[in-house]
Amino acid sequence: MIHYLDQLLFAALPYAVMVVFLLGTIQRYRAQSFSYSSLSSQFLENRQHFWAMVPFHYGILTVLAGHLVAFLIPRQILWWNSKPARLYVLEVTALAFGIITLVSLGAVVLRRLTSAKVNVVTSKADWFLYLLLFVQILTGVYVAVFNPWGSSWFAASATPYLWSLIKLNPQIGYVAAMPLAVKLHIVNAFIVVGFFPFTRLVHILVVPNPYLWRRPQVVRWNRDPRRTGAIES
Amino acid sequence: MDVRSQVSMVFHLDKCIGCHTCSIACKNIWTDRQGTEYMWWNNVETKPGTGYPTIWEDQERYKGGWEKGNGKLHLKSTSKARVVANIFHNPHMPSMDDYYEPWTYDYQTLFNAPEGNDQPVARPVSRVTGEYMEIEAGPNFDDDLGGSPIYAMNDPNLEGLNSEQREQLFAVERLVFFYFPRICNHCLNPSCVASCPSGALYKRGEDGIVLIDQKRCRAWRSCVAACPYKKTFYNWHTGKSEKCILCYPRLETGQAPACFHSCVGRIRYLGVLLYDAELIDEVASRPDDELVEAQRQMILDPFDVKVIAAARKNGIPDDVITHAQMSPVYQFVKVWKIALPPHIEYRTLPMLFYVPPMSPVMASRENDTISHLSTDLFHDIDESRVPMQFLANLFGAGHEGKLRYALYKQRAVRLYRRAITVGDIDVETAARALREANCSPEEADEIYRLTSLCTFEERFVIPPMHREEAIQMLEDPHGHRQSVGFGFTAGPRRGL
Repeated sequence: MIHYLDQLLFAALPYAVMVVFLLGTIQRYRAQSFSYSSLSSQFLENRQHFWAMVPFHYGILTVLAGHLVAFLIPRQILWWNSKPARLYVLEVTALAFGIITLVSLGAVVLRRLTSAKVNVVTSKADWFLYLLLFVQILTGVYVAVFNPWGSSWFAASATPYLWSLIKLNPQIGYVAAMPLAVKLHIVNAFIVVGFFPFTRLVHILVVPNPYLWRRPQVVRWNRDPRRTGAIES
Repeated sequence: MDVRSQVSMVFHLDKCIGCHTCSIACKNIWTDRQGTEYMWWNNVETKPGTGYPTIWEDQERYKGGWEKGNGKLHLKSTSKARVVANIFHNPHMPSMDDYYEPWTYDYQTLFNAPEGNDQPVARPVSRVTGEYMEIEAGPNFDDDLGGSPIYAMNDPNLEGLNSEQREQLFAVERLVFFYFPRICNHCLNPSCVASCPSGALYKRGEDGIVLIDQKRCRAWRSCVAACPYKKTFYNWHTGKSEKCILCYPRLETGQAPACFHSCVGRIRYLGVLLYDAELIDEVASRPDDELVEAQRQMILDPFDVKVIAAARKNGIPDDVITHAQMSPVYQFVKVWKIALPPHIEYRTLPMLFYVPPMSPVMASRENDTISHLSTDLFHDIDESRVPMQFLANLFGAGHEGKLRYALYKQRAVRLYRRAITVGDIDVETAARALREANCSPEEADEIYRLTSLCTFEERFVIPPMHREEAIQMLEDPHGHRQSVGFGFTAGPRRGL
């Protein structure tokens, strides 16, 4: 029975959420590109916004970057961790950013609850997303504290598992024996990906990349077909 | 020479009576939706005063406009590196508290209240939360110097005035103020456009109107911080920024914008100007004291054959050139030189110009009778109640030269007309004043005519917008059946 549940959660679910993620984000961009942003509420509440948003984003970006690095270059991570002092540095840094993210997510939620104006622009999807993120970050911090040296065993077990998913040959043996908190962390991550297109998370996809190299002034021409829609100074 | 045309504006401050009709006309058409209640694309401020949003002219606080560093212009608010670092929290953005929380009243209570000992009262209700609220500020709470110790004393334009001048400004019986109506300036070097991380803001090539593409806007709000005039606004309901669109749907059908059309004092003029777009960067980088003149220089003479040829080469239609020749804005700004750009030191090259206000006529008092002696009637400009430095801070980047010229010319026109119509000023005095102001009697007549007797058609010389040649018109109309127009037609729905 347990085995079938593992099959479902670690072999079937990842593919299901990827399909939902891809179709959902594309369809939302086609049908509702108007709402492709995070609906900033800084205008309605400015002070708490700083103390909640800045640490949250820097925290979660660092943690995600850590996961990505361990996924891309596991050998180098294991080499780095071969000296205990270096292992401690990595683990403590990761835990610190995890805790920053957890605390500032609390600040984000508190802000939405206490500021009446911000509450007006908070939807049910937002609350659901906060619940998912809270579970995700809490289990992550829990694992970092109670199942230590994650930077090493992630590289040794989670990375091959994720690669097996990409190779369309899921090896659930890597994760089936993991502690419950780790499993919850993985499954919840899949759920976050699945709900990505239906929440404000889509704002991640519209980071302003052309800004950094476009010319300052934008002029659009209506009459001249050659110049229509062209971005030029 | 890269000739472009720009729909430009002149506001004649001497004629503004501060009635807010323009603001209401604009609000009724454009900003009566949820999320826009607090926006006043057109607002009228009392000067001295802090304005809307509060103390918007303090660029140390809001970091609007451009700055010159290492000889190159860059945005004061957001260098590109800092835009990335501050992407999660915009540090210089005004919040709703800097504008005001919009409200309505609980009118139903007046009808539905149960019988009691007290008269029922309609309490203010927030248009954001729907809860009862305490009103703390409004968009024009400092109207007519209301609450002056709090508001007018904090006007950033008082910088450079000594304490004696400041005291005089607010002394009883010398008290003075004027109105300062504001819309988007549709600048030639707009910092809002330059700041947008999504590239959603753009300037229309044909008429220079600055717009925000609602589909590309991703709620970064950089434009709100970057506009030194605080004329882009964030719609908290749709998560998009919005701004004055110069009523382009009206302009395209030959109508004046709503605020222009409704102006009671007939202070507003609209016309097309031709300018040399090649010079934008160079002019915007000039030293403060040269900016006004440099901007005038880049506005081209529409009668010059070389300019006309270059304009035709750039695809500007002949009838637009004809309208540029009839433009009242060209007269005020370039020919008579009595209209000045507001705060040109922000270096956005605004295309809305102001005729600076003359101070009120000073009466003299003898033995408890007030007499209007004609010798004193149009007093010396330097004795005016508004210190010259204050006006210079507003309209001359702190430098008095161009401002003094504009005021002297206006004064000369008044003396000249007084000599003709009333006759209590002798013709010699008037003629001398005209000579001193570098103004011929013919020019004085023209200024008088366009200031006092102007008809609707003389004030608004709207160029043909040639929408029939717009690129959308070349598309197959059948492709647009069942949709409303050519733009995007889905409602501004959020939900997620």
